Amino acid sequence: MNDMTVPNPSTATRVPPPAPLGMLAELTHRCPLSCPYCSNPVDLEKRSLELDTETWKRVFSEAAAMGVLHLHLSGGEPTARKDIVELTAHAVKVGLYTNLITSGIGVTYDKLKELADAGLDHVQLSIQDALPDNADRIAGLKGAHEKKRVLAGQVLELGLPLTINAVIHRANIENIEALVNMALEFGARRVEIAHSQYYGWALENRNMLMPTREQVMAAAATVERLREELQGKLVIDAVVPDYYARLPKPCVGGWGKQSLNVTPQGKVLPCHAAETIPHLVFDYVTEKSLSEIWEHGSAFEAYRGTSWMKEPCTSCPRKEIDFGGCRCQALAITGDPANADPACSLSPFHAKITSLALKAADSGKTDYVYRSFGGVDGRPKVQITRNNGAPA
Amino acid sequence: MIEVSSDAVPKLPRGVRLRRDEVRNEWLLLAPERVLKPDPIAVAVLERCDGVRTVTAIVDDLATAYAAPRETIETDVKKMLADLQAKRVLDLE
Repeated sequence: MNDMTVPNPSTATRVPPPAPLGMLAELTHRCPLSCPYCSNPVDLEKRSLELDTETWKRVFSEAAAMGVLHLHLSGGEPTARKDIVELTAHAVKVGLYTNLITSGIGVTYDKLKELADAGLDHVQLSIQDALPDNADRIAGLKGAHEKKRVLAGQVLELGLPLTINAVIHRANIENIEALVNMALEFGARRVEIAHSQYYGWALENRNMLMPTREQVMAAAATVERLREELQGKLVIDAVVPDYYARLPKPCVGGWGKQSLNVTPQGKVLPCHAAETIPHLVFDYVTEKSLSEIWEHGSAFEAYRGTSWMKEPCTSCPRKEIDFGGCRCQALAITGDPANADPACSLSPFHAKITSLALKAADSGKTDYVYRSFGGVDGRPKVQITRNNGAPA
Repeated sequence: MIEVSSDAVPKLPRGVRLRRDEVRNEWLLLAPERVLKPDPIAVAVLERCDGVRTVTAIVDDLATAYAAPRETIETDVKKMLADLQAKRVLDLE
């Protein structure tokens, strides 16, 4: 496993890490939707544990002072916080670029207008599919899709820029072109075609979400073609699926290098899924300053840089490009977070991830474990159907 | 990429901000999920994209300010604006 060397303060000339570019503030884990691919942890943090308004404001001030540029106001559903306007106004005041990542459910026009007036920079709205019934089934809420359409119109009316985010998986991968067209129709300037990443709830639902290799290849070709066709009209950003890849993704742009997450109760994480790595110890914003946690926190130090690496990463010419891929995926599939991400073809576990993908895609399983408080066990399971209405 | 007309009026839309970053000591163009680093000449162009001035007016102004050949400036400015428009971080009206 990963042996951490503790620098001797009397001799070490320690170079502080560069300031993070972005911070994801998970203001709350409460959400009206129950998407089975949610990146939140399976053990959701309860409302009673959430940070109060003043603490979040202090954290935003600290983030701005240390050099954070983009603040992603996320969740759960961030507008479930009663103080969302006050928090946004404060973030704007301290100079952060504010991005509201919303499900669009429960956001009234008045609330949105207050956010726009407070100086909100950008809205990112999720949609689950281009077909309303299928979208509602994936989100676990009837009528959700129509509410999103209404919200998109209001975002535009208020002059706010809109990004549509669509998480892609087996039940909607064949509708990518329709999803992109819907983003255009909604008036978005940008769309994220984000293939599901298998952490948190998505890992629980891997058998139900994994597309086939052929679907992934076809999807990539569609995205390439649409990018060309829509240049100057719509920016298409893709988060690539990595179970069928040969090179690993540079997860979060490198551990402790570009971004950080703060959970509803103030735990500071290097990435969404970092809590799955059992030996890491996380600091809380209620106990230390954000910059102290970023620069010295043991969880950030654990996989920062390249000194923790093992072969095949140590001697790899790409080690400063993809940073060995994802630690959480290395743990989930190889049992050791310091191993190369098995998505890499040089990993001795590469055949395992491919076979997991093929098996999951072919599992025939359709019962989502919907996201909810209380974890995976004892969850109601809901039968889903394919886009054409036939049983999946 | 589009051909930029001399009459076009370039403007940074809401959600795109040119700002001086005091921590990193550099100019940045902030857009959704993007951080662009404009060089000093790009900053000079972007500062003039105020939604009022035409491309012609911006080029004239730069040619005077930098005492440089107008034609070269025009080509460079139009190329830069077209590139930013393709990334949807600049509107041309």
